Amino acid sequence: MHFMLLFSRQGKLRLQKWYTATAERDKKKMVRELMQIVLARKPKMCSFLEWRDLKIVYKRYASLYFCCAIEEQDNELITLEVIHRFVELLDKYFGSVCELDIIFNFEKAYFILDEFLMGGEIQDTSKKSVLKAIEQADLLQEFH
Amino acid sequence: MPAVSKGDGMRGLAVFISDIRNCKSKEAEIKRINKELANIRSKFKGDKALDGYSKKKYVCKLLFIFLLGHDIDFGHMEAVNLLSSNKYTEKQIGYLFISVLVNSNSELIRLINNAIKNDLSSRNPTFMCLALHCIANVGSREMAEAFASEIPRILVAGDTMDSVKQSAALCLLRLYKTSPDLVLMGEWTSRVVHLLNDQHMGVVTAAISLITCLSQKNPDEFKTCVSLAVSRLSRIVSSASTDLQDYTYYFVPAPWLSCKLLRLLQCYPPPEDGAVKGRLVECLETILNKAQEPPKSKKVQHSNAKNAILFEAISLIIHYDSEPNLLVRACNQLGQFLQHRETNLRYLALESMCTLASSEFSHEAVKTHIETVINALKTERDVSVRQRAADLLYAMCDRSNAKQIVAEMLSYLETADYSIREEMVLKVAILAEKYAVDYSWYVDTILNLIRIAGDYVSEEVWYRVIQIVINRDDVQGYAAKTVFEALQAPACHENMVKVGGYILGEFGNLIAGDPRSSPLVQFNLLHSKFHLCSVPTRALLLSAYIKFINLFPETKATIQEVLRCDSQIRNSDVELQQRAVEYLKLSSIASTDVLATVLEEMPPFPERESSILAKLKKKKGPGAVSVTELEDSKREGGELNGGGDRGQDTATMAASNASTPSPSADLLGIRSTAPLGAAPASAGSLLVDVFSEAGPTAPSAAVNDDGFLRFVCKNNGVLFENQLLQIGIKSEYRQNLGRMYLFYGNKTSVQFASFTTTVSCPGELQSQLNVQTKPVEPLVEGGAQIQQVLNIECLTDFSDAPLLNIKFRYGGALQNLTLKLPVTINKFFQPTEMTSHDFFQRWKQLSQPQQEAQKIFKANNSMDTEVLKAKLLGLGTALLDNVDPNPENYVCAGVIQTKSQQVGCLLRLEPNAQAQVQHTDSPERVSHNYSSIPNFLHYLSPYSVNI
Repeated sequence: MHFMLLFSRQGKLRLQKWYTATAERDKKKMVRELMQIVLARKPKMCSFLEWRDLKIVYKRYASLYFCCAIEEQDNELITLEVIHRFVELLDKYFGSVCELDIIFNFEKAYFILDEFLMGGEIQDTSKKSVLKAIEQADLLQEFH
Repeated sequence: MPAVSKGDGMRGLAVFISDIRNCKSKEAEIKRINKELANIRSKFKGDKALDGYSKKKYVCKLLFIFLLGHDIDFGHMEAVNLLSSNKYTEKQIGYLFISVLVNSNSELIRLINNAIKNDLSSRNPTFMCLALHCIANVGSREMAEAFASEIPRILVAGDTMDSVKQSAALCLLRLYKTSPDLVLMGEWTSRVVHLLNDQHMGVVTAAISLITCLSQKNPDEFKTCVSLAVSRLSRIVSSASTDLQDYTYYFVPAPWLSCKLLRLLQCYPPPEDGAVKGRLVECLETILNKAQEPPKSKKVQHSNAKNAILFEAISLIIHYDSEPNLLVRACNQLGQFLQHRETNLRYLALESMCTLASSEFSHEAVKTHIETVINALKTERDVSVRQRAADLLYAMCDRSNAKQIVAEMLSYLETADYSIREEMVLKVAILAEKYAVDYSWYVDTILNLIRIAGDYVSEEVWYRVIQIVINRDDVQGYAAKTVFEALQAPACHENMVKVGGYILGEFGNLIAGDPRSSPLVQFNLLHSKFHLCSVPTRALLLSAYIKFINLFPETKATIQEVLRCDSQIRNSDVELQQRAVEYLKLSSIASTDVLATVLEEMPPFPERESSILAKLKKKKGPGAVSVTELEDSKREGGELNGGGDRGQDTATMAASNASTPSPSADLLGIRSTAPLGAAPASAGSLLVDVFSEAGPTAPSAAVNDDGFLRFVCKNNGVLFENQLLQIGIKSEYRQNLGRMYLFYGNKTSVQFASFTTTVSCPGELQSQLNVQTKPVEPLVEGGAQIQQVLNIECLTDFSDAPLLNIKFRYGGALQNLTLKLPVTINKFFQPTEMTSHDFFQRWKQLSQPQQEAQKIFKANNSMDTEVLKAKLLGLGTALLDNVDPNPENYVCAGVIQTKSQQVGCLLRLEPNAQAQVQHTDSPERVSHNYSSIPNFLHYLSPYSVNI
């Protein structure tokens, strides 16, 4: 995976994770371009599109769009489920997650994503293992 | 305020975020941020030492500001300080800041690396994971240098916790991707491969990403992973939906791992071991069977996970391309998806079927879905799905369905999205040409194309229709009639005017008998469009007019009138003015005979690769239909031009352009420089042009030996080039040894994966020539060039050439290419000087039939002395002056050095300028029977043809 973006229907970027070295200016340009493309698409359209040399896989959850850029030979459907599993993790952690949770606890959202994906590849697909890692970290925070 | 704040929430941060959200305008937001930045700066600079919590809070605020899109130029040092905190939460924020905002400040990098080093050796798994995450997130060269050797050890150590192993595997992968040279698996290889057997599914899932990447680059070293992957896959596929507990996802056992295992297997050919292969085929069958079972859940996650595995399995089946049964089953399965209510599945099925269409086993099965695909093209609401449908129609097209498909694509073009029109136009044009049985259909199709989407018809397309009409006399009358009718339309596209002008100028006479299209009517029709056209089109029309004067003397007065008027003869455009003046003069002073000669019908164009095909290749890159597929089907399809261009797929764009009339090129100019239909060859490409017309030996379709003959007399140059790849060659020979440097250049911006090259000596060449080389790097980055060195030893004389096979993945498609390597016996020549006396004495001794060969051939180009000499020297022999009594003749001598013997060789070339005939004589034998002499001459002859 090259990057993952979370943005709102209003076009506000809520989370960005880049797995390949990209210059800040290019990042901004790519984000703008992709948001425009994805936000313009209608609900029944397919969740995949070709963009530059990459494939974009996106899905909307309530007011948030989750958008991943993968390579030509990567599997689109399993990427959709990567997104879903990430949403499940956020949901489990925050307890029925909403956009505000991600805004106010952005650092937690990053930590959860880091436990789940690393370098753009899945580290663990088990919800339990990932959450256990996060809970442990939270415990460490409280006791020190 | 936030709904939840877990762990130790930072109140100040929450308040700040609230403030920002409450800002009514961008200005207010910037003001608030600047205030906060000033505050943080003063805290960081203040005398009072900040406690860890405050430091963390401010660093986190800075991070938030940065993620909002503002620049942050301080706080790095404070973040680095947090790394060495004992409190997990502070450390964690420190690492997050560094991961997001690292810069190449070398001072900082050293400090960061130091902190990472401490955490890696802390034996605290959570700290180790944080450090590994940071390395993976930053992934810089400096980090790779510092840690690449340490991480494999952590990965395979027996006492490493599972979670750390997972992080270590992916961290290593990231470093390998950025700096492959620094990550050396070496001794760890087998232990890493065996992670596939790990009990912990999470470890396997993480490790397999690493193993797949390493296997792509070093397939041989990792090939033991195949059988391990198959048995792991088999265990997952046969497990019940609950067996894998938390690794079951919506009733699907380990979908991610299954997909990754199937992807890993795609790095390798089918397993050779029968048992392993059997087990794998069983897995693939089970996966296909499961697709037919009723779903265990109505949730889309269930079907997505299940189908993700299915599509990956189909990719593997297509990759193997060896199991007809599985290919057809895959095709049927995809056929079902074509009508699925999920848009996503329809999209993927169309995409996947495109690759199936190119397999000989499933091509027919794919074709049965034509109606569904056409329907998709017409009714899908999403343009990206329609695009896939168009790609698939193109891929499944063959002679049997071409008319239907072309008609559907044409009608789609009327409403197609602008973004894909140009590509659609090219595809229609290519299909129409490739599968044209009757040429009137072809002409109709292209003219329709211009009518419907004139703006998107590139020059290549209309050049091509003209080339074909000129080369096929059975269609010329029809073409003239059709363009004449098309031009009647009140508004017709300029491209139509160009084609019309050109064709009527050449073949207007074929329809002039009909009073409705008499010469004057034709002329008036063309001229009615003249004023609306651009300069290049007007120039073309002027040429058509002068041709009219030749075809129809009765139009002369009218046309001269037009040429003479001020708007032509005094046109501000030099080109138009010049044409008007010259044509006017030509028509007034030249006799009918001269005019007829000068303005004779265009000669046929030399056949080369279709220029539109080249254009599509250039445009498309790693599209759904790969270049190879296209060319395959082209081969099988039989070309318009009687198969004359078989094996010439590599003719470059430039070459095809040379054979196409440019709109501003003077018709007269073309006429005079191309008397026999051969485009004038520039000195540099002297050999290329001639050899590409007809090789003396029919090359087998699979082996591309275009470049081969050019290297008989030279050692360096470009051996092969297409849209993706350029192969350059540099070679040097000494006695019976040679060294060849091959340079593979990636012309695209996309990386080539699994790049492998194999040099083989077919048949008896194996015992005649010894070629040794090392494998190349399996990844060629976009724009990069890699080098390979071949060591060559000539054991005894030989006639065949070694073959170079190149395979790589570009985008998703496997490219496969075989070239003849230009190693010819003459490379081992050592020039020998001798006197006239010696030469003829030896010459006379060689009188037995097998010692002598003679060949008379016609020279294709002028026999220029310097060019001839250069070639004979390039052959490797010594060119002997003052030996032959006839100064016109060329005499050469050399000794061919092989390991087993040395063979002397004498050569005489007797040009006959009048007859343009040359005469080569008698290579000599010194020691043994020299069986390859005829072959040697055979190399010589194609070369000489060109002299």
